[in-house]
Amino acid sequence: MKGAFLTTRFEHVLGWARKYSLFQYPFITACCGIEYMSTACAHYDLDRFGAGLTRFSPRQADMLLVVGTVTHKLAPVLKTVYDQMTEPKWVVAFGTCAVSGGIYNNYAVVQGIDRIIPVDIYIPGCPPRPESVLDGLIKLQEKIQNQRPEWRWLKT
Amino acid sequence: MAENLMRVLTERFPSGLEVLSDAPGDEVVAVGAAVLRDVMTWLKGPPLDYAMLLDLTCIDERPLGRGFTMVYHLQSLSRNHRLRVKVGLAAESPAVSSLAGLWKNANWLEREVYDMFGVTFVGHPDLRRILMYEGFEGFPLRKDYPLRKRQPRLKERAPDA
Repeated sequence: MKGAFLTTRFEHVLGWARKYSLFQYPFITACCGIEYMSTACAHYDLDRFGAGLTRFSPRQADMLLVVGTVTHKLAPVLKTVYDQMTEPKWVVAFGTCAVSGGIYNNYAVVQGIDRIIPVDIYIPGCPPRPESVLDGLIKLQEKIQNQRPEWRWLKT
Repeated sequence: MAENLMRVLTERFPSGLEVLSDAPGDEVVAVGAAVLRDVMTWLKGPPLDYAMLLDLTCIDERPLGRGFTMVYHLQSLSRNHRLRVKVGLAAESPAVSSLAGLWKNANWLEREVYDMFGVTFVGHPDLRRILMYEGFEGFPLRKDYPLRKRQPRLKERAPDA
């Protein structure tokens, strides 16, 4: 197509690129992990949404999936993993335990991971069905698409 | 079988042993803390051969006017039989002799009971917390541990609105 051209906004292209190339770090601690696995595998297939590349180092990931119960004993580990991730990064609280502590309101369990790290998307359910997870992922993609980050390198 | 077992036990340990239940398959004996190690050593060896310690746990019975109660679940593989042994402990600074030398798994099980109930196991090789973290104060499964008491390791953020 000779002479064809396209106009768009830089931020729109960047958001589009980012939302379809989510590298996820699964922080899996409990039974929700089974539901995460079935979502990630062929039947529901997270890869259709560009979130197929699971990273097992937080330094390579930009989406932190906190799947399962987080105890006070584990809280510093989760904080360290979050701090190790490079910007831009997003956090998903997967399942009722990660959202609010769930049925566990006792001496051991953190009452929602947003007491430790900021959370972008909450996916409720005990455990959430794969459809809920995909819905949460799509909502996160909408959020990423519409984010207006402050571009440090453009400001200088 | 059950009557026979109970008769053998009471004959071997005439003092410090009380039969709480002789229902077949649900035999329970209470043992004094002083003779616990002797009784357990004998139960593990021939002829009864309770070679396996299935579990070891504790009950806080202070609200009932008693102290702590240790519960040991034994299994004899050769005789295909189970036996429960209970030991009453004091309400203040409960202590009992360790069985880590008899059954190796008692090591971690006793650490768990120490962690949750604060029972001291005399002669334990490495008595420290196993589940809760360093700096955790108190024993969370004691009935007088406050229901809503939290001891977070990190300073918590205010939850997002």
